[in-house]
Amino acid sequence: MRKLISSLFAAGLLAAGLAATPVLAQTLKVMVPANAGGGYDGTGRILGKALIETGAFKTAIYENKAGAGGTLGLAQFANANKGDPNALLVMGAIMVTGVIQANPQLSLANVTPIARLITEYNVIVVRKESPIKDMKGLIAELKKDPGNVKWAGGSKGSTDHIGIVAIGRDAGIDSNKINYIPFAGGGEVVSALLGGHVTAATGGYAEMLKYIQSGQMRALAITSPKRLAGLNMPTLVEQGVNVEISNWRGVYGAPGLTPEQRKKLTDQVVAATKTKTWQAALKENIWTPSVITGDEYSRFVDDEHSRLRAMLVKAGLF
Amino acid sequence: MMDTLGFLLHGFEVALQPVNLMWAFIGCLLGTAIGVLPGIGPALTVAMLLPVTAKVEPTSALIMFCGVYYGAMFGGSTTSILMNTPGESASMMTTLEGNRMAKNGRAGPALATAAIGSFVAGTIATVLLTLFAPLVADFGLKFGPAEFFSLMVLAFVTVSAVLGASMLRGMTSLAVGLAIGLVGMDNISGVARYTLGVPEFVDGIEFVLVAVGLFAVSESLYTVLYQSGEGDSSVNRMGSTWMSAEDWKRSWPAWLRGTAIGFPFGSVPAGGAEIPTFLSYTTERKLTRHPKDFSTEGGPGAIEGVAGPEAANNATATGAMVPLLTLGIPTSATAAILIAAFQNYNLQPGPMLFLDNAPLVWGLIASLYIGNVMLLILNLPLVGVWARLLSVPKPQLYAGILVFATIGVFSMRQSWFDLLLMYVIGVAGVIMRRFDFPVAPVIIGMILGPMSEKQLRNALAIAQGDWLVFFKQPIAATIMGLTFLVLFVPIFLRRRGVRLSEDD
Repeated sequence: MRKLISSLFAAGLLAAGLAATPVLAQTLKVMVPANAGGGYDGTGRILGKALIETGAFKTAIYENKAGAGGTLGLAQFANANKGDPNALLVMGAIMVTGVIQANPQLSLANVTPIARLITEYNVIVVRKESPIKDMKGLIAELKKDPGNVKWAGGSKGSTDHIGIVAIGRDAGIDSNKINYIPFAGGGEVVSALLGGHVTAATGGYAEMLKYIQSGQMRALAITSPKRLAGLNMPTLVEQGVNVEISNWRGVYGAPGLTPEQRKKLTDQVVAATKTKTWQAALKENIWTPSVITGDEYSRFVDDEHSRLRAMLVKAGLF
Repeated sequence: MMDTLGFLLHGFEVALQPVNLMWAFIGCLLGTAIGVLPGIGPALTVAMLLPVTAKVEPTSALIMFCGVYYGAMFGGSTTSILMNTPGESASMMTTLEGNRMAKNGRAGPALATAAIGSFVAGTIATVLLTLFAPLVADFGLKFGPAEFFSLMVLAFVTVSAVLGASMLRGMTSLAVGLAIGLVGMDNISGVARYTLGVPEFVDGIEFVLVAVGLFAVSESLYTVLYQSGEGDSSVNRMGSTWMSAEDWKRSWPAWLRGTAIGFPFGSVPAGGAEIPTFLSYTTERKLTRHPKDFSTEGGPGAIEGVAGPEAANNATATGAMVPLLTLGIPTSATAAILIAAFQNYNLQPGPMLFLDNAPLVWGLIASLYIGNVMLLILNLPLVGVWARLLSVPKPQLYAGILVFATIGVFSMRQSWFDLLLMYVIGVAGVIMRRFDFPVAPVIIGMILGPMSEKQLRNALAIAQGDWLVFFKQPIAATIMGLTFLVLFVPIFLRRRGVRLSEDD
């Protein structure tokens, strides 16, 4: 018996030991700084799949760490993966605003820029039971009693939030009268809206697509400058609301990568955006491809940092 | 209704194919194994297995993933009972009575009631899922921030059941837990709080780390420091490995109550698995005819305190399938990854899934029945083997537990800081034990604190600052009413001279 038990223990230790070093050479680690089921999550998982398709990696592990505009995931990524050339952090405009607001000890300066991948536009949705039929109706409600229109979206100061505040300003409503309810992830926004706890919600088109298709939600507007090809949905501008909400996403690598490691990872990611998997996903989610890499990408993120900071100040959020 | 039955029968046809039975078995086996290891949860395992979706057909892969999910929920109880090490938050309550029973030579019955309870709860919950999924899903959506906050208040009020003999000490522990829960970035505004400039604190303190430190590490150290001299106790006492008639009598009502509490909770989006186990434990604690058996009273461990939370835990896991399959909303990390698995097959969970892919959905539901049976077959014979683990002499056993805990915590994010923190918390736990402070309330405070803060803030924002919202919305008001009953009825009865069984 004693022998059996010690071998059980040994087996346990072995298994735990394997788990302690999950980074075998061909395994990609993807940190998604939001709950599963959201926009970051979809981007990360599809990129992982595309990277496997290119043969650069055999398998991929995804980790979800939501909250605080993605900076919780950023901190965990930076802490856990120092110098690991097989790790990617999904990020985007929401992460930049998160960093501006939270001013965390670990910021994007601690990790290595790889590439911007896509740009996505938001939709404004209500649930199917809602009496509101279009943007005009929603704006009318907003003008009547701003506090009574409850908007659900991502964390405070996210592009979702900035966009909603901009819609309010366009309608002449002061930003501190806007009743914005921040949630940690797309799944929570969806259940709050479907349950009738909020009036309207905003989120990436890909996140809301299935609920719009199944008829659980009604889309009031897409936030792109012009109508998107293949999508019969009016823009905000068409409905007299002069606002655009766009959200880009990209990836960063681990802290402390050598220039060679950075280049290799960048090449692998760019190659992945040429795969069938990736191209199909672009079409399906109505993502606009917008790949930039290297110093151009670092500069872009810096510019976004200044631009979004200015927007936050203007909106009275920072 | 006939349609449902027809679909289900067809589902069994799919799930009972030998190849699918094999996948269910592999899933359950893997799930049980990883459930036993602290630090590796079902979410991570399913995520690591996701690539098989490229090779295996959808029904088989999803059947396997559900097996992993169930198995892990179940395996967590084994370490809780044997090693005082909860592998995940949902099995924390099991450690309280389960480990006490194991120390008193009753590891066998504790493991058995957990296994059978999980089976009973899983099966009943699956029946409920089969019959009422769409109905329950609509009800679940009615839970918004106000309703969640009311539930948290109820959980806080009933938590006194785990506070132990001294209310003051218990409240102190709870306050410590609430304070630990505040460390890290605020979930709503993103402000870093109480991080003392340590970057590792920015992402908050991991639950598993604190639980392992307070339960496993502190107990090992405590035993070494204060109990090593006692001659007779070098080996844990061993008793019968099987449940007695008395055990059965005390277990089955607890199983049913646990199921009744767990299933609705699972079906509420973002409900989580912790609160139902807290509520089930406190229910058993209040209703028991054997209050002296409970570990909080210094007793030898009460079997209903294992049976209830374990049943609730598994019923929650099944309940989580309701919003997942009907609305496409994940209620747990694992459920979220299951959605990703669906998406890998270009399947979109939601109302359309039941219409478009009926064979798959019903095959999956049928496989839940099969998975439950499989888990029982897999685990009952193991009860005896596991229980024998305690016959290892204490020095070796505790050394093993320490090694096990260290590896588990390190594997979470390969951080030496986490290890240091775990041992610091372990030492703090020794001090708490020495001065008779209960450790469970620390964990409960740590889990409930941040959740209730977030729900309170969102609820007030939605109600535009109206604190009465918790009494205006029917569900929230009902829960609040229940909370007041729990709080004041005992006092009222005592005033009237009526004695509750637990107080005499």
